Amino acid sequence: MQTVIDAHNVSKVYNPKTIPVYAVNNVHLHLQRGEFTALVGPSGSGKTTLLNLIGGLDKPDNGSIIINGVDITGLSANELIDFRLRNIGFVFQSFNLIPVLTAKENVEFIMQLQKTRRQERENRIKSLFRQIELEDKINVRPSQLSGGQQQRVAVARALASRPQFVLADEPTANLDSKSAANLLDIMTKLNKEENITFLFSTHDQRVIERARRVITLVDGQIANDTARVSTLHEVAGQAG
Amino acid sequence: MWLIRLAWKNIWRNKSRSLITMAAIFFAVILSVVTSSLQDGVFDNLIKNMVSFYSGYMQVHKKGYWDEQILDNSFAASPKMEQETLSGKNITAVSPRLESFALASSVDITKGCLVVGISPEGENKITRLNEKIIAGNYLHEADNGVLLSDGLARRMQLKLYDTIVLIGQGYHGSTAAGKYRIQGILKFGSPELNDKALFMPLALAQDFYGAYNQLTSYVISLNENNLLKTTAEELRLKLGKEYEVMTWEEMMPEVAQHIRTDTASSKIIEAILYLLICFGIFGTLLMMMVERKFEMGMLVAIGMKKHKLAALLLLESIFTVVTGCLLGILVSMPVVIYLNRHPLRMSGDMANIYERFGFEAVFPASTEATHFITQGIIVLLIGFLLSLYPMARVIRLKPVNAMRR
Ligand SMILES: Nc1ncnc2c1ncn2[C@@H]1O[C@H](COP(=O)(O)OP(=O)(O)O)[C@@H](O)[C@H]1O
Ligand SMILES: [Mg+2]
Repeated sequence: MQTVIDAHNVSKVYNPKTIPVYAVNNVHLHLQRGEFTALVGPSGSGKTTLLNLIGGLDKPDNGSIIINGVDITGLSANELIDFRLRNIGFVFQSFNLIPVLTAKENVEFIMQLQKTRRQERENRIKSLFRQIELEDKINVRPSQLSGGQQQRVAVARALASRPQFVLADEPTANLDSKSAANLLDIMTKLNKEENITFLFSTHDQRVIERARRVITLVDGQIANDTARVSTLHEVAGQAG
Repeated sequence: MWLIRLAWKNIWRNKSRSLITMAAIFFAVILSVVTSSLQDGVFDNLIKNMVSFYSGYMQVHKKGYWDEQILDNSFAASPKMEQETLSGKNITAVSPRLESFALASSVDITKGCLVVGISPEGENKITRLNEKIIAGNYLHEADNGVLLSDGLARRMQLKLYDTIVLIGQGYHGSTAAGKYRIQGILKFGSPELNDKALFMPLALAQDFYGAYNQLTSYVISLNENNLLKTTAEELRLKLGKEYEVMTWEEMMPEVAQHIRTDTASSKIIEAILYLLICFGIFGTLLMMMVERKFEMGMLVAIGMKKHKLAALLLLESIFTVVTGCLLGILVSMPVVIYLNRHPLRMSGDMANIYERFGFEAVFPASTEATHFITQGIIVLLIGFLLSLYPMARVIRLKPVNAMRR
């Protein structure tokens, strides 16, 4: 087993001088390669803040965050950008894609930032679109895709850079339940078949049920951390 | 390369906004190129007219002559010096003059007049004196007759072929006197010349004034008024301290001042025009920044370096500005060329005034490349400076803040 995320004693306080908000309070979190973990909790419990800290988008006021052996709290803003590019895949709640680029170009974009060679980019794009089951929409602009399709392209983009793990902040929040289930299907499949590590936040019960590990945040603190041998979904699958 | 393509696509994400920006730049360029070409054309024409009245673009005198315009401040004519002057870059013609005041008498009328000895041919190249003849014949080197200006002739009640008597002070205190036949009448636009001037061949004037081989000035004509100052400076160096080289700007400071004020006021109008364009472009930039804030935050979040994002924005501005600018220059070229071939013709009172002064009230636009280049550079600079703002914003962008809704 390989540790990809090792967060120690991490805290983030907003408005420390006026009315302090302990958005993340003394959190310890370890994630192994290949995990499929949901970060749950009520609105305002600190899920987004914690994901931003782990993703190197924000700096903690306290503690260390070690990603793949590198303490990212010591990196400069510029180094962090490069670190994110090479190590972390991001899926946001919505508006993930550049509207003027096609689905393919959006996925290619991240590899162009990485200066990946053209042939390799083409190969990767082909296999990624097969995996997200959108081979027929490859040359379509985001505005012509449904919300669920857009999120699948965002997952492909997050994976294009071959990151250590993928962070997804409420990726299904703007989706209907069918699209949400479909997105989760694809994420699960990628996790199983490619051993991709996912850490995603959600407060949708049906999404939570699909996770193999569920971390519950309450007021910025981890209230519960449960690993499940197999999910209900998988049990149902085995029965059928 | 992909960055350039992305920039190009981004321009067209909001078509009407980009088109409005481009159109604003386009019209600003056309307007400023055409006005500055026209204005330059008007001034070129004005200067050409002014200097061909009498003064020429430049004059060479003996040092001190301009402050004390007397015959004793004349200098010895020198073909070598004339040749040297003519060899200067940008100098197209040089003509000698000997001029002073004298009293002119007819039977019982006496008036002051300006007696000018000229080289008939050389003078034509600079002031086109022969075109001002309204009666009689123009001068030849060896003629003994004189040309009288129309106003002076009338004041003295003299006609063509009458005789005029001149009396005055000659060179070194001698007395000058002579009797001459009027062989031609000249009409000048300038009242001053028309009421006072009398022309005779140079040799005759030198004889009259007893100033043999003496000149008061060389009158010089130029190819290019833009190079007036440097041409004068070069000639000053060549001729040395004994002579003074004066430009028309120094000899007619009021005209030069008028042109300067007029140029300044149109520069101000131009500046206001550009300021309006600036506000327009800046407004669209602000809108663009607000609209794309989330997206820019997202791009930095997933790993796009800020300097790359800034370069993207710069490329977008450059594309917009360059497109508008190039189209503007492209379209203004035929307009300016047309206005050069089919010059504006002034009409009404202004035209009458101009024509009374002997000007043709016609103003061909200047087709000089500098107008296009200058305006193009100004617009590019504006575009570049304005795009510094979004670039600076991007450099300070924090993805978490930009993506918060
Ligand atoms: N930039 C900020 N300034 C002040 N308070 C903030 C800021 N961002 C988040 N918070 C507060 O921190 C807490 C956690 O927020 P967040 O991480 O967004 O929770 P969640 O994603 O679970 O809804 C909330 O109380 C929120 O109001
Ligand atoms: Mg949140």
